[in-house]
Amino acid sequence: MKAIRTVSLLLALLICLPLLTGCHGAKRTDAFIVPESFDDSREYEISFWAKNDTNVTQTRIYEKAIEDFEALYPNIDISLKLYTDYGKIYNDVITNIPTGTTPNVCITYPDHIATYITGENTVVPLDGLFENEKYGLGGSGLLYDGVSYEQIIPKFLEECTIGGIHYAMPYMRSTEACYVNKTYVEKLGYTLPETLTWDFVFEVAEAAMEKDENGNFRLNGQKVMIPFIYKSTDNMMIQMLKQKNAGYSTERGDILLFNDTTKELLSEIAVHAGTGAFSTFKISSYPANFLNAGQCIFAIDSTAGATWMGTDAPLSDISEDKLVDFETEVMMIPQFDTGAPQMISQGPSICVFNKQDPQEVLASWLFAQYLLTNDVQIAYSQTEGYVPVTSKAQESAVYKDYLSREGEDNELYYDIKLKAARLLLDNTENTFVTPVFNGSASLRNAAGQLIENVTKSMRRREEVNDVYFTELYDDITALYRLDGQNNMSDTRMELGELPLMSKLLIGTIVLAWVLIGVYILAEKVKKHKK
Amino acid sequence: MKKLFALLLALLMLASLAACGGSTDDTSINDSQSVSDTVADESGEDTAEDPAEEAVSVMSYAEYEAAALDTEVVVETYVQAKQGWWEDNGVGKATFYTQDEDGAYFIYDMPCTKEDYDAMTVGSKIKVTGYKAEWSGEVEIIDATYEILEGNYVAQAKDVTALLGTDELIKSQNQFVSFKGMTVEASKDADGNDVPYLYKWDGSGQDGDDLYFNVSLDGNTYTFTVESYLCDSSTDVYAAVKALNIGDKIDMEGFLYWYEGVNPHITAVTAAE
Repeated sequence: MKAIRTVSLLLALLICLPLLTGCHGAKRTDAFIVPESFDDSREYEISFWAKNDTNVTQTRIYEKAIEDFEALYPNIDISLKLYTDYGKIYNDVITNIPTGTTPNVCITYPDHIATYITGENTVVPLDGLFENEKYGLGGSGLLYDGVSYEQIIPKFLEECTIGGIHYAMPYMRSTEACYVNKTYVEKLGYTLPETLTWDFVFEVAEAAMEKDENGNFRLNGQKVMIPFIYKSTDNMMIQMLKQKNAGYSTERGDILLFNDTTKELLSEIAVHAGTGAFSTFKISSYPANFLNAGQCIFAIDSTAGATWMGTDAPLSDISEDKLVDFETEVMMIPQFDTGAPQMISQGPSICVFNKQDPQEVLASWLFAQYLLTNDVQIAYSQTEGYVPVTSKAQESAVYKDYLSREGEDNELYYDIKLKAARLLLDNTENTFVTPVFNGSASLRNAAGQLIENVTKSMRRREEVNDVYFTELYDDITALYRLDGQNNMSDTRMELGELPLMSKLLIGTIVLAWVLIGVYILAEKVKKHKK
Repeated sequence: MKKLFALLLALLMLASLAACGGSTDDTSINDSQSVSDTVADESGEDTAEDPAEEAVSVMSYAEYEAAALDTEVVVETYVQAKQGWWEDNGVGKATFYTQDEDGAYFIYDMPCTKEDYDAMTVGSKIKVTGYKAEWSGEVEIIDATYEILEGNYVAQAKDVTALLGTDELIKSQNQFVSFKGMTVEASKDADGNDVPYLYKWDGSGQDGDDLYFNVSLDGNTYTFTVESYLCDSSTDVYAAVKALNIGDKIDMEGFLYWYEGVNPHITAVTAAE
């Protein structure tokens, strides 16, 4: 009888243990382990989600890269899906994670990857692949001339780490530039300094607001003039705060954005939004359209938007009769301290999504790595004011020749585009990125939204004062769900199945309590019988 | 003994269930969904029950037209078409082409619950409170809230063919319009070939993206668009434009959208009568 009881207890415990352990994490993809060798006897379908800047040449380069890669690896079929917006890629990836239908390879931003990796084994950590002798960076088993680890610009590669692990590789890099209508600046009686300051830009912008008796702006004789337009207001706020050495976030995800320096900056921006001297892309439209129509003096946009800037820009959204002839200067974004310039580093990176089949992941990696080869790097960088992310490409004769031919035509050698690329090449060490954590993408949006809201409010003649800022901070905090002490704790983290040791420990504790209970009960029964 | 044993097991099971509660398949992504639901609900309450909004008087189209940019506007209008519903940071949004008997109102990115979005069909009457704005020439209502009202009106397409190239055309901005007897002109693809349409404005897109095509009348050429959020690749108009040939004479219907000039969002294409 005693033996039966013991067995019953043990069976009951065995039934209960899975409740403790089995429901800790949902079933998901196993961690990727690099296969010993690539099985080229099989066929692979690899999906590649990429971003282009609504630029047909970029599309063609992706298509050519795929064609060239497939010629080397006939058993790998790459299907390309194009986006023109990083945000849409992000939304689509997030939608596809729960169903396991993520792409194999994806152009993305580290901020976004930080969210992707909250799902277990969603994105492949690349460090193991980097080092793999056969298929790693510059590996012996590659069928193309790959780049070595050392040949990826360290600063750009570092931007792809989260918690010390590489979850991406840089694909292209850009920064922001201020595209200036130099003709108008001088017409207003100013001389462009070597480095722009925020004070200078705001001062000139205000000077440009003077109107004649017919209500036209004296500077351009038109009804429209927005002297200073910023495309990406999140970058604007982030860079201003960095230059001021003010808080934005910590490395571990503490939110510091809502501080007094931010309020000071917003107050300054509000003044110029109120006079109409400053506006944003979201509120007014593309800076390039206003710049090229002679309706803007300082247009701040990515160096990857350089082909849209200037009278002779190869790309334009406005009709020829609206184009105005002026001299364009490509300058570093305005600074608070011209002696220590700081500017954002941005641009697409590449990540590889994990799949059940390690061979499929390896095929994805082979393609991802192919995008860093010289042919792809140099060709893509030439489509805009991008720079290649490898020293191998940057130091190649082909790329050096390209840079030396600035202004030879208004297409491949368009001077504004080449000047924009040079701006980043000359200032790579002055670039920075913001900390990446789960929620950093929301924080970035919040930073921009502060400027958008203040600008709109001033245009709507609302009062922008301390009460306004208190409400604004509260609203933006709530909207972007930034009210946790650490955004990492905002979202429920998937921790995966319990480790074996934890299971044993819990099991032992439970067993001990049960045995104690059994002992006490047995003692009571004994006493009762006596 | 049996009772105690059963109690012990029940406690054990309870503890184990509580310990792992909520950790089944909730990822951060699903988490954001739950937040979005909350926000969307709040959005619905704001639009439907804010008594302050009742005090704002509804404008006629003439009053709306006369209102300055960046001022608050309130209109009662009728949905004529809608672009796809989407979530922005957990808040549902949609863009609406609306019109009353006197003029049209383009309502951009209005926070809207999925339920209300689905409930708003062609002709549905809504009261919209927002701010008048202009983006690249397109006059629109932004930062809007809404209230669904009783009523129905479906606009008939207004023939604006004769107004093309005139200053009068912009007065019909955003209205449901038609164009008769226009000729399909060539667009240049990336290789310099003449083609009847492009995916995106320069051919950089793919199937499913916006379609751009050129049509002419009296020697003037205009670029028209099939906006993929309005008419996706499964629609008749998307297929019709993909079947066009250079030189075809066609009639079209659509909404008189503006982007740095007239850029209609076409919803129907047929062979010219």
